[in-house]
Amino acid sequence: MSGLPLSTTPAAPPGTPARAALRHRLAERGVDRTLLLVLPAALSVVALFCYPFLYGLQLSFQPAKGGVFGAYRQFFADPFSRKSVWATFSLAIPAALINVGVSVPISYRMRREFRGKRLLLALLVVPITLGTVLTAEGVLEFYGPAGWFNRTLHLLGLADSPVQLTMNYTGVLLSLIISGFPFAYLLTHSYLSGIHPSLEKAAATLGAGWWQRFRHVTFPLLLPGLMTTFCLSFVMAFAVFPSAMMVGDPNGSTHVISIEAYQAALERFDYAQGSADAMIMTALMLVVLAAVTGLRSRLYRGSTGGKG
Amino acid sequence: MSAVPDMAGGAKESVGKAGALPPSQLVELQLRGVSRAYGSYTALHPLDLTIRGGEFVALLGPSGCGKTTALNCLAGLLPLTAGEIVLDGRRVDTVPPEKRGFGMVFQNYALFPHLTVRGNVAFGLKMRGVAKPEIARRVDEVLRLVRLGEQANRHPGQLSGGQQQRVAIARAIVMEPPLVLMDEPLSNLDAALRLEMRSEIRRIHQEFGLTTVYVTHDQEEALSLADRLVVLEAGRVSQIGTPSELYEHPADPHVAAFMGYRNLLALDVVSARGTAAVARRGGLRVAGTVVGGARAAEGQEVTVAIRPEDVRVVGPGDQPVAEVVADVVEYHGRVLHVEAVTREGDRIHLRAHGQVRPGDALAVAVDADRALLFPKESAGSGGSGRAEAAS
Ligand SMILES: Nc1ncnc2c1ncn2[C@@H]1O[C@H](COP(=O)(O)OP(=O)(O)OP(=O)(O)O)[C@@H](O)[C@H]1O
Ligand SMILES: [Mg+2]
Repeated sequence: MSGLPLSTTPAAPPGTPARAALRHRLAERGVDRTLLLVLPAALSVVALFCYPFLYGLQLSFQPAKGGVFGAYRQFFADPFSRKSVWATFSLAIPAALINVGVSVPISYRMRREFRGKRLLLALLVVPITLGTVLTAEGVLEFYGPAGWFNRTLHLLGLADSPVQLTMNYTGVLLSLIISGFPFAYLLTHSYLSGIHPSLEKAAATLGAGWWQRFRHVTFPLLLPGLMTTFCLSFVMAFAVFPSAMMVGDPNGSTHVISIEAYQAALERFDYAQGSADAMIMTALMLVVLAAVTGLRSRLYRGSTGGKG
Repeated sequence: MSAVPDMAGGAKESVGKAGALPPSQLVELQLRGVSRAYGSYTALHPLDLTIRGGEFVALLGPSGCGKTTALNCLAGLLPLTAGEIVLDGRRVDTVPPEKRGFGMVFQNYALFPHLTVRGNVAFGLKMRGVAKPEIARRVDEVLRLVRLGEQANRHPGQLSGGQQQRVAIARAIVMEPPLVLMDEPLSNLDAALRLEMRSEIRRIHQEFGLTTVYVTHDQEEALSLADRLVVLEAGRVSQIGTPSELYEHPADPHVAAFMGYRNLLALDVVSARGTAAVARRGGLRVAGTVVGGARAAEGQEVTVAIRPEDVRVVGPGDQPVAEVVADVVEYHGRVLHVEAVTREGDRIHLRAHGQVRPGDALAVAVDADRALLFPKESAGSGGSGRAEAAS
């Protein structure tokens, strides 16, 4: 018990008799020495995230004009910047919903063994390695006015003039789906494989057809996982920047908050305004995450195994 | 098959007329050459079995002999490799599990963790679209039957192993299915609860007029519960019969071992007359009965099976079977379980009523009708053919 140096434990107990009791009480709450392993990560979060965040926060309260909340007031007063909130949400929410929604049937089917499963899996997951910029390039090339997609449509006689799929909302949504889907799929897949297959078998012997089995057994057990997946997909899509610039319409329909912040800080050199925009973005993201997490905590979250 | 017969619908109708339950909803279930292979490994060799309505059939065998496989084939959770299953004249092996309407209690319970006990039990009725008040009534009744009324609103994770097991049973029987399949439902319970649940299952079986196929590796459980036993060994049927048939007349040494014949001795026949024969090897000399109508020839090797309770310390006028030295003596209340060794090192299990201490020299005896002689050729035509040629 006394072999390891414990001096770094924040709650080093003073007296010997109280020591054992306190340790027990801490252990009861899941606090023990292995928690120290979190320390390096916690420190780097403080250094690399908390400090810059707080710095940005105080910066946002020091605009050139308009008092403490001047920058915030400015953001909501200007219709162009105000509309960026809508532009961001209208990209991030559909992208996250589509990624999660498409992952479910695919991972459901991928649970069973079939020929070529590994190849298909690799194809589904490969976009993870590409990064947003490369994906945006690809979207531009493939779906562009002179890209393969439009050329194929033209050859098949399905469209007279090229369909406009890039430099607008559709292009950004497409690239968000392409780069976000592998994450959503991998997460959903692992949540799904945590559900014991005998549960569906039991449901089958109780007269449930495949849809009822999914609806009443698999889906409720999967839902908390899907919500987590949604949160992650949403956050990834919410911070959309490269694709909104490259395949979008950065001064129109895809003028998202991150672009607004970028332009304020690095084009107009108004750091206070840029920081305020970033803070607004963070606050909006947190609102959505809090809402989803709140919903999730009201669901069943116990084990998903066969023995209950 | 153009229209899949919906037996579930049939079950629902008969349930509607509550109170007037028929003795059994099925007349006869036939398994014809049912077999199942995993790749090149045959887990279940062709199995022929006819189950009559109201019967309690136990599938008995050691771990890995294919019991769960057989049950899953019956339930429709595993496709058959060959053979057919016929329920009252209709082929059902092509019917998906949800349309078979058989109840199943899984080896690992497979309770729905996100539903309460009540939700678990009501699940099947809900899937069948039974009306809400009817569901509530039947669920309450079954929960009372398995004594889980107080735990009705808990989740399975908050129940003990025995309670979970009872939920699994309740969930299967609330459907009042024509056939209930149970996969080692008592394996995780402690001894006392196991005994209690055993009689509970038998009572439920009779009260609901069920037909039950019960899988177990516990011979005592199988003997006490079942009307008929099917003993499996490595995916093959060793013997099918009533408990007393199997207990008194095991077909081969493997079944005998399962039925409590702990003494299995390899001996050579020295003389044979009809089914009576004498076999010996080393210091052992046993007069016994040859099993299965086969005859033993002189010089043939046999396996002699004797229950420990049929071996006794010689009394006056007894012909001793062997001289042994007691090695391990266990106290079991009124009797002592003694493991003794012959001079050649053969181990003999016996029951003693008097005083026996380790190291005591004993002479033991067995009645001739209590020692079963199994000719070594594995109960095939080869064995009896040779015996006939010799006689
Ligand atoms: N999916 C599978 N693939 C390959 N072999 C399998 C599979 N399932 C079972 N087996 C094999 O089939 C044999 C029979 O298995 P089964 O589960 O029916 O045994 P069991 O009699 O129920 O045993 P236990 O009493 O331990 O539950 C075993 O040897 C097992 O290894
Ligand atoms: Mg099994």
